[in-house]
Amino acid sequence: MHGKTPFVRLTKRENMPKGKVWMIRFGSFIFALLIGMVIFAVIGAKPLSAYGSIIQGALGRRTGIRQVVRDAIPLLGTALALAPCFKMRYWNIGGEGQITMGAVAATFFAVHFKNMPAVALLLIMAVAGIVLGSVWALIPAIFKSRWGTNETLFTLMMNYIAIGIAAWLVGGPWEGKPGSQIMPVFTSNAILPKVMGVNCGWIVVLVLTVLVFVYMRYTKHGYEVHVLGESENTARYAGMNVPKIIKRTAALSGAICGLVGFMVVSGSDGTLYSDVAGGAGFTAITVCWLAQLNPFAMIVIALMLSVLSKGASTLQSAMGIPASITDILTGIILLSMLGCEFFINYKMHFRKSAEKEAA
Amino acid sequence: MGALDFIVALIRAAVFNGTPLMYGTSGEILTEKAGNLNLGVEGLMFMGGAFGLLGAFTYGNAMGDSANGVVAVIIALVCAFAAGCFGSLIYAFLTITLRANQNVTGLALTIMGTGVGQFVGEMMRLKVGGNVAISNALKLAFANSPFPQALQNIPVVGPLIFGYNVFVYLGIIMIIVMHHFLAKTRKGLYLRAVGESPSTADSAGINVTRYRYFATVIGGGISAIGGMVYTMTISGTVWNHTGLSGEGWVAVALVIFCLWKPINSLWGSVLFGALLILYIRLPIAFIPTQIYKVVPYIVTALVLIMVSIRQRREDQPPAALGTAFFREDR
Repeated sequence: MHGKTPFVRLTKRENMPKGKVWMIRFGSFIFALLIGMVIFAVIGAKPLSAYGSIIQGALGRRTGIRQVVRDAIPLLGTALALAPCFKMRYWNIGGEGQITMGAVAATFFAVHFKNMPAVALLLIMAVAGIVLGSVWALIPAIFKSRWGTNETLFTLMMNYIAIGIAAWLVGGPWEGKPGSQIMPVFTSNAILPKVMGVNCGWIVVLVLTVLVFVYMRYTKHGYEVHVLGESENTARYAGMNVPKIIKRTAALSGAICGLVGFMVVSGSDGTLYSDVAGGAGFTAITVCWLAQLNPFAMIVIALMLSVLSKGASTLQSAMGIPASITDILTGIILLSMLGCEFFINYKMHFRKSAEKEAA
Repeated sequence: MGALDFIVALIRAAVFNGTPLMYGTSGEILTEKAGNLNLGVEGLMFMGGAFGLLGAFTYGNAMGDSANGVVAVIIALVCAFAAGCFGSLIYAFLTITLRANQNVTGLALTIMGTGVGQFVGEMMRLKVGGNVAISNALKLAFANSPFPQALQNIPVVGPLIFGYNVFVYLGIIMIIVMHHFLAKTRKGLYLRAVGESPSTADSAGINVTRYRYFATVIGGGISAIGGMVYTMTISGTVWNHTGLSGEGWVAVALVIFCLWKPINSLWGSVLFGALLILYIRLPIAFIPTQIYKVVPYIVTALVLIMVSIRQRREDQPPAALGTAFFREDR
């Protein structure tokens, strides 16, 4: 009979000590770096000096650090936006589109209300970004809550539609030099002021981090999201208005994405590009997930990915290694950290002991 | 140019531009039928494109003038397929064995895969010191129709039926085989059962893990071939990552449009191929190009809505799509 018992049996576990959990995660990060070293060795570069030059390129100089922080802003902001949705098990992968629409709305006011005082204009731009971002996120949520339309795929489609709209505006009505397909830079009253060398968006996202943490942990809304994520039936039996919660949470998520869009156009880019989101909507999904939906952990992970991408761009000039190595390294780190969760959540029982008993 | 010529040219262009989608989509359909939503198609197609080109290029360089076109095509196919299998094997291991979240794993695979594809493409360019080009004789093997010239010269019918590159015909055969497998064979039925209700399938003695691995790995390989077809035909055997980018996401969209039926991807990919190039072939004055370009996505979103409102059972996504199976969970 014991031949039929599986080689390895799994049980869920929930009580692994915090220290051990983070040891496993750190271990998987090191594991990913080791695979990265193999890749460097295969293409004939010295692995250690390659990593050295990534760190050096990203953190060695003040401008590098500033760029790292600047690039981490949209990643962190979007990851925060997605957290409540993911908690609810609503797969909003439309961050890219919601950022873009937020950016479009903000740009509209930057273009058409050039003569307003800076504070008023920036506020209006931010509000416009928030509103359009949340509308963009609300559309799939309405269909999800009414007819159960698959939100993963719907929000994905909304990304492309948003990017198409932005591309049309940039190359059409808002085009700068005819035929250039790019917009002129905003007037200075539509640019976010800098604090310590980086646009003040970093303060906004840090405040947001705390707000999202409080929202998810200590408010009624956060509780409802939590229950709904665990079981839709439980939420319904408890008398919660499920469609309303879905729509509200999605709209909130889109609102923060829209705000991020505003910060990108007004803070780092100073104008609207059609790829304003630049993949942040997608990368943020992994940031959010790797942080286990913990807002404070997101800060660390967003910074880490940002260091990696900034550092790898210097790798190209320093060692002649294409900058796309970033994506490979990022991907490997993500995949390996996703995989390690298994060893945290499950306990393996091997057959060996059972065989001994039978013998 | 007469109206007939225009229509013939339009259909030919639609088929030409739809062929990569045919592979990308049907591979993803196979994967999703077993319950795995692999959002890594974009990355897989990048990997397929880069490794397919690398394979053909290396072979052409090694053999010089004695290189054989048919062999080059086979090598490109095998390299792309292997790259796709490898990428989706990582995805399968993480989502099936380690039960990682499918959405996030798929996106991570896309990030890694586009990186790998682009890295290989750029490394090739650095090694050669310029654009990677393969000999004209080999290029023609990828571009030309496998049918004799006499058949291609028949008016209208010739160009419309016999005038495409070899990947169109291979794709059609592959899709028909897949349709037959899923709809008519016992193993295909098991695979669909795994995608609809893994716990029921498990109780019936079907090895859920094995079927999911099979569908995901083979499906990923097929999707990756689509990337190779793009690089070797549409972009003319030159690595072109801007052209290839987005192709995988259109393929994911097309899966929905095809209602998870491989046979629909035969005409679906041609239709989307047409939508992708219609803004060049048939410009409409009052619709800006960029808006015209998003028509495929709007159409897909509408299909998604229609499907969910009508709730016809045979049009629904596989019921267990996107969820891991944990036997001890019940």
